[in-house]
Parts: sequence; structure tokens; C-alpha cells
Amino acid sequence: MVYLTRLEHFNAAHKLYNPTWNREKNEEVFGKCANENWHGHNYELLVTVKGNPDPDTGFLFDVKKLSNIIKDEVTEKLDHKNLNVDVDFMRGKMCSTENLAIAIWKQLEPHIPSPVKLHCVKLYETPRIYIEYFGD
Amino acid sequence: MSQKVAVFRKEHFNAAHRLFNPSWDNNRNDEVFGKCNNPNFHGHNYDLIVKLVGEPDPETGYVMDMKALSTIIKENVLKKFDHKNLNLDTEYFKNVNPTAENICVVIYNILREKIDKRLEMQVRLYETERNFVEYPVL
Repeated sequence: MVYLTRLEHFNAAHKLYNPTWNREKNEEVFGKCANENWHGHNYELLVTVKGNPDPDTGFLFDVKKLSNIIKDEVTEKLDHKNLNVDVDFMRGKMCSTENLAIAIWKQLEPHIPSPVKLHCVKLYETPRIYIEYFGD
Repeated sequence: MSQKVAVFRKEHFNAAHRLFNPSWDNNRNDEVFGKCNNPNFHGHNYDLIVKLVGEPDPETGYVMDMKALSTIIKENVLKKFDHKNLNLDTEYFKNVNPTAENICVVIYNILREKIDKRLEMQVRLYETERNFVEYPVL
């Protein structure tokens, strides 16, 4: 079994704000991340797939195809967007890095052809904060 | 012989912004600013490096106390910009497009007022790891 990782990136605005709470509660819980006019990040996304190299190509998975899947299903929909407002697959969800990583997994997983398996979505919100999701 | 030394302080802030020119129509803004013109904003992790050049003080050995420099940057720049919308939440970009170039000039002008005039100063601002600007050009 080998693991192959592709690194992509996108820039986006968001806020952490629970609409069922009042502003005071949101500020208490989310601090400056609750700023009603948004703030933003440079996100770094690492997508890891796993499997065995194909005997004919030596590839686990064509990394150009993996890059295109990530671009079509994820980064084109997130890059230079407002995560709370512009992204169909985040609608109704809190735009935390946790939820975004899970949503990215759900976007990608159906497009990874068997026998290759999606192993990990690792999402950096800042160089110092990241989330890993393994699908369970 | 010059004993000048350069000292650098690195800070960071996260902010939303949008690039557009209100005197142009939407098509022209899209053409020039592309996806940076998204009306719902997008955002960045900005890295800020402030460079000061001067001779170390004979009594302290410092060009400037870095803790004092850090406090000045925090109080005068980060408090105003961190987790903000640069277009909507700051006084500086009501009529100025918040490009990395203009943000860098604004930060320089804010800090220049607060730091000993005998020290030369230069500000470098990273909008992404791959895009960064410097002001003034030395």
C-alpha cells in the first residue's frame, strides 16, 4: 500500500456565526471570528489517496487526474469565494475548518475510482492551524 | 565605518477584502480584477514584516526593543486589520482599493508616525506565500 498526496490551495472569506444565537453569544463563543463583515484565509489543502501502484504504469493514481478532480469539485467552488454565502455544499453548515474538511471529503470521495481509496483530507486554515479527516 | 544593522519583526493577520473600482461597471471590474472582484469578498492570511535599520544603541545594544516594536504593530495595525473586512471595517480603504500594494503603503504610513525617525523603515507584506510587496523601495 502506498499513499499519494496532492497539495492545492484557495483563498476565501468566512465567519463563524451561529444564526440561532444572538450576537453576544456568538462573540462570546467565536470571538473575532464572528465579525459580521467576514474575515479570510489562505487555505492549503492536502488530499491523500491510497492503494497499490498499477503494474502497467507504476502509478497509484494519475496525479494530474487527481489534481483535476480537486480543482473541479473543490477549489473552483471555494477559491476567492465567501464560504458562508457562495458555496452550495456549505449551505446551512457552520464554516469551521472541521466542517469544511468533512465537506471536501464528501465532494471528492465519489470521484476517486476504485480500487484507489481516499485516505485523508488535511486542511490548513493558517500555517499554524490544520484539520485532518479520514472519513470516519 | 557604518555600524548600521537591520532588524525585522514578523507579524500576521487574517482579513477579508474585495478588489473593485466603484467608478467602473461590473464587467470592467471582472475583466480587470477577475475573481478578486467577488462581491461577497474573499480573504487571506497576511504576513507582515517590518524592517528597521539603524545603529545599535550603545547602552542597550538594540536598534529597537523588539517587544516595543511588536506592541506598536499590534496596537496600531493588527487591532485594526485582524479578522476584519478591509473594505468595510477599516477607515483606510473607503476610497482606496485594498490591494497588497495599497495595504503595504497604509501600514508603512501608520507605523512611520510611531517609530523613531532616525531609524529607516521598510514594510514587506505577503498576501499569499507567492505574492508579496515592499514599501518603500530602498
